Amino acid sequence: MSTIQFTIDGKQCTAKPGQTIVEAAKQNGVYIPTLCHFEGLKPAGVCRICTVKVGGRNMAACTTPVADGMVVENKTAELEDYRKAIVEMLFVEGNHMCPTCEKSGNCELQALAYRYMMMVPRFPFLFPKRELDASLPKIVIERNRCVQCLRCVRAITAPDGKRIFGIVKRGGHAKINVDRELAQSMSDELAQKAMDLCPVGSILKKEVGFAVPIGKRKFDTKPIGSDIERA
Amino acid sequence: MGREDAVVKQVVAKYNNDKTRLMDIITDVQHELGCISDDTIRCIASQLQISSVDVEGVVTFYHFFTKTPRGRYTVYLNNSAVALMKGRTAIAKAFEEAAGCRFGSITSDGTIGLYDTSCIGMNDQEPAAIINGVVFTNLTTQKVKDMVAGMKAGKNVQDMVTEFGDGANQSEFIRSMVKNNIMRKGPVLFAPYEMGSSLKAALSKKPEDVIDEIKLGNLRGRGGAGFPTGMKWDFCRKSEGAKKFVVCNADEGEPGTFKDRVILTEIPHMLFEGMAIAGYAVGASEGILYLRAEYQYMKKYLEKILGDMREKNLLGKNILGKGFDFDIRIQMGAGAYVCGEESALIESAEGRRGEPRNRPPFPVQKGYLGYPTTVNNVETFCCVVRIMLEGGEWFKKMGTAQSAGTKLLSVSGDCSNPGIYEVEFGTTVQTLLEMVGGRTAKAVQIGGPSGTCIGKKDFGRRICYDDLATGGSIIIIGPDRDLFEIVHNFMDFFVEESCGWCVPCRAGNVILKERLEKIMSGKASMKDMEELESWCKIIKSMSRCGLGQTSPNPIYTTIQNFRDLYEAKVRKDVDYVTTFDLMAAVQESCKAAGRIPKVEEH
Repeated sequence: MSTIQFTIDGKQCTAKPGQTIVEAAKQNGVYIPTLCHFEGLKPAGVCRICTVKVGGRNMAACTTPVADGMVVENKTAELEDYRKAIVEMLFVEGNHMCPTCEKSGNCELQALAYRYMMMVPRFPFLFPKRELDASLPKIVIERNRCVQCLRCVRAITAPDGKRIFGIVKRGGHAKINVDRELAQSMSDELAQKAMDLCPVGSILKKEVGFAVPIGKRKFDTKPIGSDIERA
Repeated sequence: MGREDAVVKQVVAKYNNDKTRLMDIITDVQHELGCISDDTIRCIASQLQISSVDVEGVVTFYHFFTKTPRGRYTVYLNNSAVALMKGRTAIAKAFEEAAGCRFGSITSDGTIGLYDTSCIGMNDQEPAAIINGVVFTNLTTQKVKDMVAGMKAGKNVQDMVTEFGDGANQSEFIRSMVKNNIMRKGPVLFAPYEMGSSLKAALSKKPEDVIDEIKLGNLRGRGGAGFPTGMKWDFCRKSEGAKKFVVCNADEGEPGTFKDRVILTEIPHMLFEGMAIAGYAVGASEGILYLRAEYQYMKKYLEKILGDMREKNLLGKNILGKGFDFDIRIQMGAGAYVCGEESALIESAEGRRGEPRNRPPFPVQKGYLGYPTTVNNVETFCCVVRIMLEGGEWFKKMGTAQSAGTKLLSVSGDCSNPGIYEVEFGTTVQTLLEMVGGRTAKAVQIGGPSGTCIGKKDFGRRICYDDLATGGSIIIIGPDRDLFEIVHNFMDFFVEESCGWCVPCRAGNVILKERLEKIMSGKASMKDMEELESWCKIIKSMSRCGLGQTSPNPIYTTIQNFRDLYEAKVRKDVDYVTTFDLMAAVQESCKAAGRIPKVEEH
């Protein structure tokens, strides 16, 4: 079969076999919010913000392949509320101070919070103590802002294919760490790539700051998802 | 680096530089060096040609791996809810006083380390601890004093075991004080059976017919989720793969369950025979028993049984002359509840962090090392053996329409006869309570923390997949217990055991626990309780795997079934109570300034 027919919230859509629901939705002008997802990387299904309902069951749209005749529920009131809840969980789980963050305006977490019109999280702040690592030559790892999307873990590798970033510990103690030796020898290009991949301000390239002024950043004039959504 | 380097090189060579054996490599290296320091991590990584952060990720994921020394004698004291019921607090205090260090640390001379650990599968003989792999049950403060004195005198841990349990616990390959406490034998698991007879029956059939017989018996997975075994095997058989694997999930980690421990002790040959039958049915020649680290004390014995079965040609090449090859190896875990989830178990067996995989693909399509794999519970394999002997029709006559056969239950808590009971599916909770001497119960936790907590009005409900499903854990809660303490213990467990991969489970369980604590402290309003209930729903519906989808259950099911207890705790005169404690917050500055805050003004 060359084309798949399916619906999202009643809208007729088409897709190619093997596409995930997120990819197929995008192609049909439907925005399913994502955070850990990054085009070209193997989907991880970490943040669960892209959760949709298929056949009465919740599933991550970034990891679920679309199937012929699939009926996808996306923008239901419940799902939207639960997605907002996840954004709020991320805000209370870390320490996010948008006004002083280099990534403000380019931050996908912040952009999602605006999209969901989050005023104050429904959950109490956990104010965790997180370590900041500024000891590496090219990058700063600011764990207070990390959402553990695993983009850096999945994408940033040394020339021999070894992973530079990885996750250590588990549960609420889990955190991003690096192979120090490999991280020491990161090139400027790789450091820039890591920073660009990071959806929040957790990986920052050293020796450059606020190169693009506030007001001229990615989400300053175009809300997240607006490049995908068609009426 | 000298000794470290040598040890790592030797161990890595023993496993043929195979990074998928990282669990074994770390276990062996830690056994030699006492811990896996950053230097050791770098050594292992460089030997295996992988990133050091990948090794660190595995070392720090599992409870029994450690980056810092945990003492020549490492005490892991169970902290399950039932251990608390049975006097764990006094035992912990006795350990601390005798050893001279607190839990979570080691003595200054490095002799003794004291650590908490999640349920070790000894709920029917608590308080219990594991010391250097050896299990000690029914601890008393006097026993603790004697043991610590022995440790300080440099005594061998095994020599501290002076009395032995029943059955194979006395075997020279186990020599453990653990008791079986088999309280009720049923027709499926604990009826007489002759080793090899079932495999012989299976090999005389076509593999497809074996699967059909299992389907006819309507056998469903005994781990608790209840997926039809025949269907799983059928999928695995039909999946394309250069080879296939049979994996037995012996990572019995749900607090309160210990029935697999008894199966592994008394009828391991039945289990291994079931695995061989599965191999024949799906077309696999390799099997893996994934054994939780807490059951390390049985490993030598299980290896011995495997050896016996090879000698009898029930395993190995050309089994029973039928041209079928199948063998089994044991993969040790290292302390992670989430590895009971089948895809996390496979990740772990491949030497990685035990994080569940995204599905599809399912393990029957792409499992261990990417090959089609069927993962089944210990008890399920034993049921297979009986079905091959007695037939699916016979099996189906027991139990209910949706839940055929019998179920092995691990019963613990406030009852006079804790232990294991093989009962027919469909047995009511009330009948069970009478059987085990637990009539006075005010609540029963069915299926462990991830299951359901029910009160008296539900004691007429039945234990089966279509009503109260359980992997086997039944915890009886007596009239004098504080239910909140038990719920809190369960939430502690989930916070500790969440793998951290997905946001709702990682952050959500911490948030739920905090709010529960607010309610327990008497500082919550009605609104706090209503919010807590709605947050449970969010975490249940947004989490990635079974852990997060069920971890709110201790709170969720007690709010549903014991709402009056919650309502009695919360304040009805206000809709908001702050958790901010002004007195505590200003304490330090007041002290520095030499002032005493006027409490009454606030």
